[in-house]
Amino acid sequence: MAATQVLRSEWTKIRSVASTVWTLSLATLVTVALGLLISIVSNNEFDNMSRNDRLTFDPTFISFAGMTLGQLAMIVFGVLVVGNEYSTGMIRTSLSAVPQRGTFLFSKVAVAAALALAVGMITSFVTFFVGQAALGTHRASISDPGVLRAVIGGGLYMTLITVFSMGVAAMLRSPMLSLGILMPFFFLISNILGAVSATKKVGRYLPDQAGSRILRVVTPLDDTPYGPWGGLGIMLLWVAAALIGGYALLKKRDA
Amino acid sequence: MIELEGLTKRYGEKVAVNNLTFTVRPGIVTGFLGPNGAGKSTTMRMMLGLDRPTAGDVRIDGQHYDRLKDPLKYIGALLDAQAMHGGRSAFNHLLCLAQSNGIPRARVDEVLDTVGLTAVARKKAKGFSLGMGQRLGIAGALLGDPRILMFDEPVNGLDPEGIHWIRNLMKTLASQGRTVFVSSHLMSEMALTADHLVVIGQGRLLADTSMAEFIRRNSRSYVRVRSPQRERLLDVLKGAGITVVQTGSGALEVDDGQPERIGELAAQHQLVLHELSPQQASLEEAFMRLTAESVEYHAHTEAPGPGLAAVPPVSPVPPVPPAGTDPAPRWGGDWKKG
Repeated sequence: MAATQVLRSEWTKIRSVASTVWTLSLATLVTVALGLLISIVSNNEFDNMSRNDRLTFDPTFISFAGMTLGQLAMIVFGVLVVGNEYSTGMIRTSLSAVPQRGTFLFSKVAVAAALALAVGMITSFVTFFVGQAALGTHRASISDPGVLRAVIGGGLYMTLITVFSMGVAAMLRSPMLSLGILMPFFFLISNILGAVSATKKVGRYLPDQAGSRILRVVTPLDDTPYGPWGGLGIMLLWVAAALIGGYALLKKRDA
Repeated sequence: MIELEGLTKRYGEKVAVNNLTFTVRPGIVTGFLGPNGAGKSTTMRMMLGLDRPTAGDVRIDGQHYDRLKDPLKYIGALLDAQAMHGGRSAFNHLLCLAQSNGIPRARVDEVLDTVGLTAVARKKAKGFSLGMGQRLGIAGALLGDPRILMFDEPVNGLDPEGIHWIRNLMKTLASQGRTVFVSSHLMSEMALTADHLVVIGQGRLLADTSMAEFIRRNSRSYVRVRSPQRERLLDVLKGAGITVVQTGSGALEVDDGQPERIGELAAQHQLVLHELSPQQASLEEAFMRLTAESVEYHAHTEAPGPGLAAVPPVSPVPPVPPAGTDPAPRWGGDWKKG
């Protein structure tokens, strides 16, 4: 079984369902629109900010504010790509055609990740430039130190959150269950754990908290023990763990 | 050719498939028969490598399924017509399957034409009727032009025209020298299509025989005779060396009897006959008797429900059971106790 055949097949699968188009376009739209809105608000409120806030003002990170919501659409995309195989029963047809389960899963992940990377990069660059345009005199330039890294990091972050969701969906098999766990986790629980001082030290090792460090150009005044790439590395470990878990269960379970 | 050897599947304590050994041969339609819950679908899933056997082995042309390069070119299966993404068009559904096995794109149009779905090829599968979904599933099975085809309950829910189409398709495929393995819980359906029968009940092999042999063994033919002079007729028939079975309703039954001879004997002795009719027990009845022991979900009702009413009355003499099986008790002997 040639892997290129399976990659081509997975590409056909992904491009031939409507959910791909609406989840990915929603991710871009929400990220850019919300980023623009918060950039406008920040620009207007800048003079009312405390001295401390002005010193650590991070125009790049501000323009990425829409990603907290936009990532949810990426999660839906990742969950549906894998979970729909199970919810529709297609998985039995798919595994009859490609009985090598590792080839099947990793081809699917590779195709979806490549698409998520393309969409994530475009989203990240567009949201940066749109956001900076709205920030007026407080804007950052793409050539400023660390800014290009943060913008590329934004694309990588959206890709990794998608792949993480695919791993979780491969383990749980049900799209509803996967979304029911991932959506509140990334929208609420992770933020609460990261904000409450008692759980902060644990919360910052969660995939989104660690991974989103790469979106910052100005280092905030806290004692976070990792830098932008270290944070992305932690996120990468989570993604690897989810994929290994998904693969191990797919390999072991009856379809 | 599909070879099963001691194939077993356990779910915890429950044994779904119990030590199945048989071979499905090319050039004929092999019917895979068993009541609901007998383990047919589980067996088929194991053949396709979807479920892992607890013990035993199944080989496709001598190889394990997951060792086949481009398996759709060896074996095509219709397990469940719903096993597809409803949001994908029929064409794209088949295209992604074709691509995964290196099958040229032109073949997709070919099989769509074969199953008569060309007109709706670009329509989403979720808008399809049951029959159209079944046809799309069959198109997927034919895609790789495989030597082996497997259909799980293909006529379920189809209209008469669809049923007719599938029957002819299976016969045509077998006549081309392919291996055709088709499951059903209806004996009457199998009698029309299958050349060979594999019968299972509660996961165990009950029969592995040619259709002709199964009919010969199981379709008991007899002559029913009723007469107001029953005792005298009995003596006459016994005197002529004819074995007679008395039934509760007062009729006499003569196994493999010739109505001409019985009528002539009665005339010779000036006996009045009210009935002289050749009878044939149905295959459905024979199948039910064979699997009676192993039916998992008996209808335990006081009065015979619709399911029971459909069963013809059981004759007092059970047919000769196929070789290798114990004589099964009478069907329905169980529910009366409940």
